[in-house]
Amino acid sequence: MLTVWAILIDGFIYASWLFLVAAGLTVIYGVMRILNMAHGSLYALGAYAAASALGWYYAGGGDQLIMAFVIIAASAIMVGALTGLVIERGLLRLMYGRDEVLMLIVTFAVLLILEDVIKLIWGTTPYSAYQPYAAMGRINIDVLTVSGYDLMVLAVSLVIGVGLWFWLERTKVGKILRSIIHDREVSEAMGVNVRRMFTITFMIGATLGAIAGGITAPIISVVPGLGVEVIVMAFAVVVTGGLGSITGAAVGAVIVGLARATSIHTMPELELFIIYAVMATVLIFRPNGLFGQVIARKI
Amino acid sequence: MKKSNQRPIWQKTLLGTATSVAMASVGVMGMAATASAEESFKVGFVTFLSGGASGPFGVPAAQGADIVIKAINEGSLPAPYNTKGVNGLTLESVVVDEAGGPTKQVEEYRNLVQRQDVNAVIGYISSGDCLAIGPVAEEMKMFTIAFDCGTSRLFQEIEDPQYMFRTGLDAVADNVGAARYLAETRPDAVRIAGIQQNYAWGQDSWQDFTLAMEQLMPEAEIVNNQTPQLFQGSYSTEISALQTQRPDIVHSSMWGGDMESFTAQANVRGLLSQATAILTTGESGLHRFDGQAPNGTILGGRGPFGGFMPENDLSEWFTEAYIAEHGTPPSYPASKAAQAVLALKFAADNSGTDGVPSSEQLAEALKGAEFESVSGTVRMALAGGHQALQPMSYGEYHFEDGEAELRNVRSYPGECVSAPDGYNAQQWIKEGFPGVDCN
Amino acid sequence: MTLEKTEVSLIGVAVALALLSLVAPNWLIFTTTLAISTALVVMGVVMLMRAGLVSFGQGLFYCLGGYAVGLGGRFFGITDALLLIVLGVAVTVGVAMILGLLVTRYREIFFAMLSLAFSMILYGVLVKSHGLGSTDGFGVVDWTILGFLPGSGESSSRIALLMALALALGVALFLNRYFRSSIGLACEAIRENEVRVEYMGISRKQVLYINYVIAAAVGSIGGSLTALAAGHVDPTMAYWTVSGEFVFIAILGGTGHVAAPFIAALIFTLVRTYAIELAPNAWQMILGIVLLLIILFLPKGIWSLFTRKKRVAS
Repeated sequence: MLTVWAILIDGFIYASWLFLVAAGLTVIYGVMRILNMAHGSLYALGAYAAASALGWYYAGGGDQLIMAFVIIAASAIMVGALTGLVIERGLLRLMYGRDEVLMLIVTFAVLLILEDVIKLIWGTTPYSAYQPYAAMGRINIDVLTVSGYDLMVLAVSLVIGVGLWFWLERTKVGKILRSIIHDREVSEAMGVNVRRMFTITFMIGATLGAIAGGITAPIISVVPGLGVEVIVMAFAVVVTGGLGSITGAAVGAVIVGLARATSIHTMPELELFIIYAVMATVLIFRPNGLFGQVIARKI
Repeated sequence: MKKSNQRPIWQKTLLGTATSVAMASVGVMGMAATASAEESFKVGFVTFLSGGASGPFGVPAAQGADIVIKAINEGSLPAPYNTKGVNGLTLESVVVDEAGGPTKQVEEYRNLVQRQDVNAVIGYISSGDCLAIGPVAEEMKMFTIAFDCGTSRLFQEIEDPQYMFRTGLDAVADNVGAARYLAETRPDAVRIAGIQQNYAWGQDSWQDFTLAMEQLMPEAEIVNNQTPQLFQGSYSTEISALQTQRPDIVHSSMWGGDMESFTAQANVRGLLSQATAILTTGESGLHRFDGQAPNGTILGGRGPFGGFMPENDLSEWFTEAYIAEHGTPPSYPASKAAQAVLALKFAADNSGTDGVPSSEQLAEALKGAEFESVSGTVRMALAGGHQALQPMSYGEYHFEDGEAELRNVRSYPGECVSAPDGYNAQQWIKEGFPGVDCN
Repeated sequence: MTLEKTEVSLIGVAVALALLSLVAPNWLIFTTTLAISTALVVMGVVMLMRAGLVSFGQGLFYCLGGYAVGLGGRFFGITDALLLIVLGVAVTVGVAMILGLLVTRYREIFFAMLSLAFSMILYGVLVKSHGLGSTDGFGVVDWTILGFLPGSGESSSRIALLMALALALGVALFLNRYFRSSIGLACEAIRENEVRVEYMGISRKQVLYINYVIAAAVGSIGGSLTALAAGHVDPTMAYWTVSGEFVFIAILGGTGHVAAPFIAALIFTLVRTYAIELAPNAWQMILGIVLLLIILFLPKGIWSLFTRKKRVAS
């Protein structure tokens, strides 16, 4: 029974983190049809920005938890939105209309460049900013413990998920975006400024990636190569859930999270395969992912 | 069709220029490579400059090597290395990134030897790279020192090595040492768990550790072993899984950022107040934990390196020089890199020749030798004189008033933790350490 | 069978390279061997691209070819290089025939991710295989070719190059014809519009399946050659970043000609090795910028440089 509880708690905590990482990816793909490999770099940028800002804050004698969260949010949003803007305006804009796969490779090149840019700015020494994680303590449930910070990540993830859903389904901009998702050419003909919408979408997606990194920074050591490690996991989650669907990303994250927690608690040997096994199994039975749209064949 | 033919003039010009620049630079570089100066000794230094191993290992190692190389060329090292240069020659280094896997490293190694005309190669943190480079070094007859990689298979795979050397210990010594330290300091521990990164290093370490525990603490029970992925960062689920097993001791061979993250998370989650962690590479976090590891956490440094360096002229000089340059004491990868460079200087100075010594002369001088280093006297006593035999040290982390230090340090002589020649390391442990000498 | 112009030039280039290897420095010989092996795997990626599929898991077959060489030498005592390569191809074709049934039903990103998943599962299995050295991999035994031991040092790397050249030439000649065979042309038609292909009475499933299996076999040869030349195999060969590199090179070269992957692989290897030498801290950035410039200015890959000249001349 203890193990079951542990699996549920750990599964949902991990799922909430996965969803944070994957949300930006799926928003960008849904609207722009770009599978953004550089998403991992944005995650890393957010993590570095938050870790160094927190380090500076705590070195200056600060110890307010609230301030720490303000710093994480501010630094991640700044670096994410700015980098997103630069990538979209400076590069992707030149390439719209090209093949989906070519766009994937373009973002792969961006990933390579950003990896070294990060290294040039922050060097290779690991950054750590454990203070907020340590300050939030833990909750004891029998021998199990849950870190307060992890619960906070879960809450943030829920807020972002609901926020995104509300934005896409209940606001005017969201309606415009859905019209672009549905049919780009018709919405352009109806007077939608698709290019501007693309810029907004990419900046939001990029910011979501940076926020995921920023919020993870206090948990981990921020090291070079961080971005490359998360990108495949994020891909697997959104493909499992169905590309471009927020609900899909959430459900995909929960499935992967629970499957992984089950494996770690019962058969730790299988952990390495589990995410790919889940993805392959889902794709075999649902070729477009759980919530993916079936694309009409061209004739 | 017209569209693709007609490119704007500026694009054509740009392309043309780029192509000719590329051609020209390849030509120039070819020339530069052939015109290597006679009076210098060129060493290739291969270490991680990108990826997750660069921060904790690769870059500190490059920095440690750099400090020693500079001092060698100035002649400012303490005795017995107070002569200028190596065998009177200026020591030049070419640094190469170790990222990209063994196949690429074999290619870069050949480039170092044949295109850059280096006289010796020092490097390799990853065991996979070491295993791939060993046979190539022998084939190309190039004097090569592995400074950090820990696989015990390195000299099992090379029959009768001639050119390949390793100036550090293998991972067997780490884990036999860990088991001995536990047997002496925590004899009552019963429930033993582990957490290792899911790759060869973690698997080998856990295998050697559990084998040694069967011999040294037969009462103890292995209750769980977690294998998170390399560079995973967050260990929330693994920590829960360990907690449900209620261990007394948690053994981990995780290194670098992973090790630091795990320690900090396990500390906050309370795992480390239930169990004591023994971290075989924990020394690299000694000056980085800042109290994030509980006092009493057992740290190893892969030998007498970093905070475990004995007090001698060389280690004092090295620690001071490293602090002066980088503001923090050297961690074990930096000391290990320094040791490999000192071994090279020792070999060159004792090659008994004028000018640039050949690989054969260098190998002859280092084989079976004893040389002074930042870690005390190093005996090249294993693998036919190609593998260093050194003590293994463990100690407890203590953090007070902003200062970290190692307490209750115990050191085990080389013969106590390393298998003698002719034994497969795992066989040696299983047979109860034949020929062991712990005094 | 008469030779056409492309075939004559392919043979000419191969012979020229073989002759050049007598005077070229040893490092260049080794680099060229690896570039040729890489190009063979890239050739598989290009074959799939011609059919509109992008594989982020070609490393699977590259790795199978490599491990077949390693295991065949170590456990079955096979030392003949050609036999080892055949073993690799046999294993790979077997695996590809099973996986092909499944993955050729998928398109676009789902094909990419599914092939990636299978490649990563092999990676996971190998990492878990402690007996095979896990991530450290293991060394390949000294090999012979047709009963002749190439020895060590310079002559062995030259023989490896000659073998790679001969195999690559064979593959290139075959694929050159294949691209213009009915199956090869059907692949391009599928990329343009698969429904119409079905209307024409061609089974797209069958065409894609055959194409997939051949691409896998070619990739396996590349993996085997890499293992023989480098003398070491490890699970990284199946890791997704390696597969990504193959796609990278395929885009660099373009799908225009059977020679394009070879040129692209050689340029890629040289750019990378010089970038590593000149800027050990920023070589990834250099690679990324080169890739972006090529995509911006040569959308059809490096090969379009050659076709453009030809058109201007005519």
